[in-house]
Amino acid sequence: MKRIITATVLNKSGVLNRVTGVMSRRRFNIESISVGQTENVNISRITFVVVVDMIDDIEQLTKQLNKQIDVLKVNDITDESVIARELALVKLSTNKTTRSEIYSLIEPFRASVIDVSKDSLVVQVTGTNTKVEALIDLLRPFGIKEIARTGVTAFTRSVKIEEKPTAFIS
Amino acid sequence: MHIQKVNEISGAQILIESIKAESVELIFGYPGGAVLPIYDVLYDANIRHILTRHEQGAIHAAEGYARISGRPGVVIATSGPGATNLITGLANAMMDSTPLVVFTGQVGTATIGTDAFQEADIIGLTMPVTKHNYQVRDARDIPRIVKEAFHIATTGRPGPVVIDLPRDIVQTKTKKNEEKVLYLPGYQPTYEPNQGQIEKLINAIKRSKKPVILSGGGVLISRAAKELTNFADKYKIPVVTTLLGLGTFPASHDLFLGMGGMHGTFAANSAMFECDLLISIGARFDDRLTCNTNSFAKNAVIVHIDIDPAEIGKIIKTDIPIVGDAKRALNSLLNANFEYECNKDWLDNLMSKKSNYPLWYTEEDNLLRPQRVVETIHKYSDENTIVASDVGQNQMFAAQFYKHDFPHKWVSSGGLGTMGFGLPSAIGAQFADPEATVIAILGDGGFQMTIQELGVIQEYGLPLKIFILNNNALGMVRQWQESFYNKRYSNSLLESQPNFSKVAEAYGIHSMTINNSNNVEAEIQLALAYKGPIVVDCRVTQYEKVLPMVPPGRGINEMEGIANEADNYSNSIK
Ligand SMILES: Cc1ncc(C[n+]2csc(CCOP(=O)(O)OP(=O)(O)O)c2C)c(N)n1
Repeated sequence: MKRIITATVLNKSGVLNRVTGVMSRRRFNIESISVGQTENVNISRITFVVVVDMIDDIEQLTKQLNKQIDVLKVNDITDESVIARELALVKLSTNKTTRSEIYSLIEPFRASVIDVSKDSLVVQVTGTNTKVEALIDLLRPFGIKEIARTGVTAFTRSVKIEEKPTAFIS
Repeated sequence: MHIQKVNEISGAQILIESIKAESVELIFGYPGGAVLPIYDVLYDANIRHILTRHEQGAIHAAEGYARISGRPGVVIATSGPGATNLITGLANAMMDSTPLVVFTGQVGTATIGTDAFQEADIIGLTMPVTKHNYQVRDARDIPRIVKEAFHIATTGRPGPVVIDLPRDIVQTKTKKNEEKVLYLPGYQPTYEPNQGQIEKLINAIKRSKKPVILSGGGVLISRAAKELTNFADKYKIPVVTTLLGLGTFPASHDLFLGMGGMHGTFAANSAMFECDLLISIGARFDDRLTCNTNSFAKNAVIVHIDIDPAEIGKIIKTDIPIVGDAKRALNSLLNANFEYECNKDWLDNLMSKKSNYPLWYTEEDNLLRPQRVVETIHKYSDENTIVASDVGQNQMFAAQFYKHDFPHKWVSSGGLGTMGFGLPSAIGAQFADPEATVIAILGDGGFQMTIQELGVIQEYGLPLKIFILNNNALGMVRQWQESFYNKRYSNSLLESQPNFSKVAEAYGIHSMTINNSNNVEAEIQLALAYKGPIVVDCRVTQYEKVLPMVPPGRGINEMEGIANEADNYSNSIK
C-alpha cells in the first residue's frame, strides 16, 4: 500500500541524507520525495510517498525517523483529509495536426503549454497524483519524449472535508 | 602583519575547555596530522589521555569505561584511517546503547570533498552507527556542539555521538563564544511512563498465573537493578535476563531462572515459552534471545518497557507498551503497592526445571574444560570483581558459568558480537574502577584481534587478570561447523599460534600456563592473587560445545543439549 508521510526537519546540511538513510537501511521503498522550506526558514518539510506491505511497517518507519535528532515531527497523513499536489512537465513530439489536439485535450486538466518548438512542446500539469497520471496516459499516444515530476507534496486541510478521488479535474 | 587579538583562542583550546566543562576525567585516543592542534593543547591541559595502540582499542576501552562508570566514554582519533578504525566501536556502542562522545579529525574545510590526503567522509560513514553526528563548520559553535553531544550521548537511550573537526577549525584563532544553549527541538526523550499504562500492567499482573520478567541492559543504564530485585521479590515473579542484562538480578537468587535465548538455560527459555505474561524491561528482543519469534511467548500478554519507542513493536507485537525510564517504571510499580502473589504451581514448575536441568559439562581425566576455568574464576571472585569477555564460546561460558550476582560488573559485546572487544574493554573497566579486580575472559582468536593493547596494560601497570581460553580454534565457528556443516572445519582451527606466555613476557607482563585440571583451583587462585597484570594461558579442550543450544531457525522450546541428555549428547572429546 502507498502511504503519504510528511516530516518537518531542521533545515541543516545532511538532513535529507539522514532521512533517506533511515529508509534505505530499514528497507523502505520510497516512491517519491519532495523537499522544501516551510514558512520558517530554519525548518524544511519533506513529503514522501512510500510503499509498504503492512500498516505496522509505517509505525516503525515513523518511530525510526522521529529518533533522528534533526527530525521534528513525522506524520502519516494518508488517512487524513489532505491536500496533495504534484507537478509534472511532459515533453511531447508534435506536428501541425497533433498540436491543436493536444491543446484541447489538456484544457480540462487546467494544464498549460509552457514551451513550444518546431517538433515538440512541453506541457505543465499540477494536481493530485491521479490527475497527473491520467493526463500522462492521455498524452502517451502522441509520443512522450521526456517526463519530469516533482513527487507529491502535501499537508492536511484545516477544514476536514474528504477530497473526492474522482474530483481531480477541478 | 597579523596582529593577534588578545581574547582570541584556537578552536582546539575551545574544544578542550568544552570537554573539561563536561567533567571529563579521561580520554582514550590516538594522534595524527589532523588532530595535532588538539594534541598540542592536550599536552598541558591537565586532562588524562590514554594512548592506546590502535583506535579500535581506544573506542572499546571507552566503551568498557562507560559501562562500568556510567559516564560517557571520550575518544579522539585522527582523520581518514584513524576515524575509520573507530567504525566497529561505534557500531558496537550503538547496538549496546553505550554513551560515547567521539572526536575525529578531518581535513581542512577547503579540501573537504577533494579526496585529500587522509580524507574520509566520516559524517557519511558514521551516520548509520551513531545516535547523531556533527561536523563543525565554525569554531564558535564548538561549545554548543560539545554540550549537545554529551547531552545526546547520555540521555534517553544512550549512544555514540561523533564530532568531526576540520583541521582549520581547530587551528585558527577566534573569539571565544560563551554561548552554549542547547538547540535540540527534535529531541525530547520520554522518561516518565504513562500512569494509565502502568495501571494496565498492574491489572495484567493481577490476572496473570504465569508471569515472567525479562530484564535487559536498559535496567543497568537506568541504574535500576535494586528496584528490579525489589519488584520481583515483592510479588515473587521469576526473572530471566538477556546477555547484557546479566547482573541486573542476582544469579544466586531463587527467582533467577538464568539467561534466556540461544544458549540460555532450559528454565529461562521454558518460562518465556510458557508464560502468560512477559514483562520486558530494557530489553529489545534480539534474535539471539527470541530465537524463532513464532514460538516466542506466543500465549503471553507482552509488556514492553523501553525508553526508545522505536523498540516497541519492532520485533514482537506488544500488548502493553510503556515508554519511559526503567527505574521510574519500576518505582511506579513498587509504589502502587498492589496485592498479588505469584501462582505457586508456576513457581514450583520453574524451580524444578531449574534444579533438574542445570547448566552442565563433563569432566574426564585431567583435561581442562573452559567451563571449569570460568566456574573456578567465579568461585574466587567477589563483589569487587568485574568480568569482561570477548565473543564466541568464551563469552557464552562467561555468561553461563560465572554467576553474575552484582550489577555493573559485566562487560561484553552484545548486539554486534565484536571479537577483539574483550581486552580493550577490560582496560577501560579498570580505568573506571581502579580498585576492582578486572578479569578478562578471552578466546585465543579474539585476544589476537586487539592483542597490541597489552602495551597499555604494561604502560599503566593495570592489574588485569587475563584468561585465554585457548582451544587452538575459533571455537564458536568450529562448533557450528561441527553441528551444522558436517564437521568440515573450514578455516576455524588455529594451526599456528604464538606462545602467549612469551608474548606477555615481551610486554613485561607476568604469565602462567594451565595445561590440565590437576591443580586448576590453586593455579587460578594464584593468578587472581597476583598483584600486577597477568596473562593466563588456559589450554582447554578443543572440541567443546556451548550447550544447551537452540539451533538456528528453531524456537526457544526446541533446545538441544539440556542436562538430562548429557549421556547421549556427543560432547565428549573426538
Ligand atoms: C570481528 C569478528 N569477526 C568474526 C566474528 C565471527 N566469530 C564469532 S565467534 C568466532 C570465533 C571466536 O574464536 P575465539 O576468539 O578463539 O573464541 P572461542 O569461540 O574459541 O571461545 C568468530 C570468528 C566475530 N564475531 N567478530
